[in-house]
Amino acid sequence: MASEQQLQAIKSAKVLMVGAGGIGCELLKTLVLSGFQDIHIIDMDTIEVSNLNRQFLFRKSHVGQSKAKVARDAVLRFRPHINITPYHANVKDPEFNVDFFKEFNVVLNGLDNLDARRHVNRLCLAADVPLVESGTTGFLGQQVTVHVKGKTECYECQPKPTPKSYPVCTITSTPSKFVHCIVWAKDLLFAKLFGDKNQDNDLNVRSNDAASSSEHAEDVFERREGEDPEQYGRRIYDHVFGYNIEVALGNEETWKNRNKPKPIYSKDVLPNGLIQTNGNSKDCAIDGPSSMSAMASLSLKNPQDIWNLVENTKIFLEALKLFLGKREKDIGNLIFDKDDQLAVEFVTAAANIRAASFGIPLHSLFEAKGIAGNIVHAVATTNAIIAGLIVIEAIKVLQSDTNNYRMTYCLEHPSRKMLLMPVEPFEPNKSCYVCSETPLSLEVNTNCSKLRDFVEKIVKNKLGMNLPLIMHGSALLYEVGDDLEEDMVANYAANLEKVLAELPSPVTSGTMITVEDLQQEFTCSINIKHREEFDEEKEPDGMVLLGWTQAPPREKDNVAVGNGASTSSASQAAVVEAEEDDDIEIIPTGVGIVSAAGTKRKLSDTSKPTSSVADGYNGDKKREVGNDEDVVVMLSDGNSDISKKKRLQ
Amino acid sequence: MDGEELTEQETALYDRQIRVWGVDAQRRLSKSHILVSGITGTIVEFCKNIVLAGVGSVTLMDDRMVTEEAIWANFLIPPDENMPSGRSLAEVCFDALREFNPMVHVSVEKGIFDGDFYDKFSAVVVGRCSLATKKRINDICRKRPKRIAFYAVDCRDSCGEIFVDLQNYTYAQKKLEETVECQLQYSSFEEAVALPWRALPRKMSKLYFAMRVIEKFEQDEGRNPGETSIADLPSVLKLRKQLCEGQSMNESNIPEGLLERLLVGTKEHPPVCAIIGGILGQEVIKMISGKGDPVKNFFFFDAMDGKGIIEDISKPE
Repeated sequence: MASEQQLQAIKSAKVLMVGAGGIGCELLKTLVLSGFQDIHIIDMDTIEVSNLNRQFLFRKSHVGQSKAKVARDAVLRFRPHINITPYHANVKDPEFNVDFFKEFNVVLNGLDNLDARRHVNRLCLAADVPLVESGTTGFLGQQVTVHVKGKTECYECQPKPTPKSYPVCTITSTPSKFVHCIVWAKDLLFAKLFGDKNQDNDLNVRSNDAASSSEHAEDVFERREGEDPEQYGRRIYDHVFGYNIEVALGNEETWKNRNKPKPIYSKDVLPNGLIQTNGNSKDCAIDGPSSMSAMASLSLKNPQDIWNLVENTKIFLEALKLFLGKREKDIGNLIFDKDDQLAVEFVTAAANIRAASFGIPLHSLFEAKGIAGNIVHAVATTNAIIAGLIVIEAIKVLQSDTNNYRMTYCLEHPSRKMLLMPVEPFEPNKSCYVCSETPLSLEVNTNCSKLRDFVEKIVKNKLGMNLPLIMHGSALLYEVGDDLEEDMVANYAANLEKVLAELPSPVTSGTMITVEDLQQEFTCSINIKHREEFDEEKEPDGMVLLGWTQAPPREKDNVAVGNGASTSSASQAAVVEAEEDDDIEIIPTGVGIVSAAGTKRKLSDTSKPTSSVADGYNGDKKREVGNDEDVVVMLSDGNSDISKKKRLQ
Repeated sequence: MDGEELTEQETALYDRQIRVWGVDAQRRLSKSHILVSGITGTIVEFCKNIVLAGVGSVTLMDDRMVTEEAIWANFLIPPDENMPSGRSLAEVCFDALREFNPMVHVSVEKGIFDGDFYDKFSAVVVGRCSLATKKRINDICRKRPKRIAFYAVDCRDSCGEIFVDLQNYTYAQKKLEETVECQLQYSSFEEAVALPWRALPRKMSKLYFAMRVIEKFEQDEGRNPGETSIADLPSVLKLRKQLCEGQSMNESNIPEGLLERLLVGTKEHPPVCAIIGGILGQEVIKMISGKGDPVKNFFFFDAMDGKGIIEDISKPE
């Protein structure tokens, strides 16, 4: 039980929770039981069936409703006399500005993605409000951290791995892993057939390139007037799995050191028509589009089964038919969604057929869905533990009990007998571009890269800005906002298409540009360095952001880290950003697919913090974790972002 | 396991956790039956976790009436139930718990049972209870023909203790690339607490000793567990001296401040309930699924230092 002093701090606190998902449900419950009286919750999501195994405040009857609102109502049922204010909204919406954040004594994150986390971090820094951050990845090591401006590191003091991207040609021409087939099926084929027709699509470009003759001037992906759905499906099938592969085979050079793919035509796999289905699909009219299923029509039940080529072909054709027949109005603006059953079926089948063509092992729908949706493994127990740890830290923050702040790891395998391992928070990284405003540098070919590339790949993806404003000296190059003059909008749109060196105020080697986000109240300076060549495989962005480095290790930290493996394995780790209620999922290259399938978790073998600093640690004043008997714990965790850090003094 | 498949409904609901522990473990879970006795905030957290995980059934036992203290850290009980309603704690919790997962069978049993009543359970979990009760139920679990796992849990102030007895437990341990069969031999609660303190590792968690002093004090005084206050401190310190002398251990291993916290903080600290209930849930899931290294045989958490520590207090094999 909390002390009187703690209870007072708790009762008078105003708390902001961001996220009402896996951690959020547990957190809200624990906050309320602990005596918190004034809680605000932001969550843009609605409830889905796959949430119910751990988001215990929700019931099946709540599916489709706002998480923040249902969570509030559920909690009020057992503790009616408290104030809970729900916002069914995106935390990046402009109403949640610095002034809004300033109202709170502490902000608690139960977020699912890097982007929102960075956004909240910046707002907390600008508003000078402490942030307790958390994340979970199933049974893997996960942590709760406290970020207090000027006292401990901010969320971005260590570079965060950004979502894995693959070289375009691996996806379009030379897939070697199942994940490449999934990316092709989801981001190219699915997007081409069902998404925004005006969007650039490499599938389009490549197939048109390949078809130099005029007969292919028409877009093969367009359905012809009155064309039978199955015929259309077969035409697409034969084009992408047959014709395109034949064309690709024509380029001998490509296949010198690779296995040649084999073209697949629908008539060879399925000589007879797509036979009568069992009519189950008609039920979907009642249950809504997300339950429509080609599997049901074809009487395929178990999502864990791996379909053969014939089954995949049937699913491909049937799913396409259902989209055309039953969901015609969605076509043209669909975005792949892991909770859209028919979309998952189509992508699984397409990826499998492509995999068969390239001699890559096929996968079940369950596995394919995990890969395509970047699904995070999530269970209730870990969320509950993390939520408990968050509340413990939040209470310390309210009492400004700075010396006792801890970053706590929740471990799958005990390390030094511990399942919950507290370490002291790290001090701010002096070279952090977010909380220390250190300039960054960008290597870029200023004669080739357009301002658009810079905005998309660097400002949005790498710097996580929401409403950016880009300046060169006093000249405005680009800006986003609702209240812009028309001529400015036109001006900026024109700038986007110009290469950097040809902008009205040219950006060349040595130029310093300033990028600012007015909502996040965050500014950073970038030194431009011109570079001619970039490695397509290693540097697919065609530009490299530098200076976003870890704090230089202190002399003795090398001892603490113990072995050199941590840095190298960190660089090998490919990270896929999750869209679920939990954390980023860390998938080391090579075992990503296995890991996502949820059976073998090699990662866990290397993820435990191992080394510790012996008693002879010198230089810094030794501060111990917890009581007097234990030595300071340092971490060597090669798989996450914490491989080397400084301790708080 | 047999070839029975999960239903479509189960696959959809359990999608995210099947990605953690696999279909096979999910199937085993759905065939497991858990008996829970003595409902506290920590036990409620635990029940929520295993109901969500999809065990086959949960049987609740607690004949006590609902009191203000009982609902302190209990999110299953709405405040209007805090009135004499003639319904027991178990009955009131039953309603809310079953809603968490319609696929889990939740039920209530009344009275005290012995012998073959226990045979249908895979695990028995007892919340805060007397030393005698812990020993008695642990003993029953050990005497049944089929192995029944036994767990005892208690949270006081911002501290928590879990005891685990899996008797003779074999599981597949993953070591880097290979999987090896691993066998663990557990001691009963009675055997564990009877071990001479001097023989235990030097850095043993102080909470272990402090809990034994409080437990002994309550037994000697005929108190219900948790029926203590600051007024008991002098007697408890006397007992500490007596026990430490008998065990030839320095009294400083059981700090007065810690004893005071355990005596005074009889209400559970909700964040600690979540943590201990979460760890306990994980342990029961590990045991049923046969996946992961189980705790052998004590787990301690103290929010003051933030450590969650495993201690092995077993009689030598």
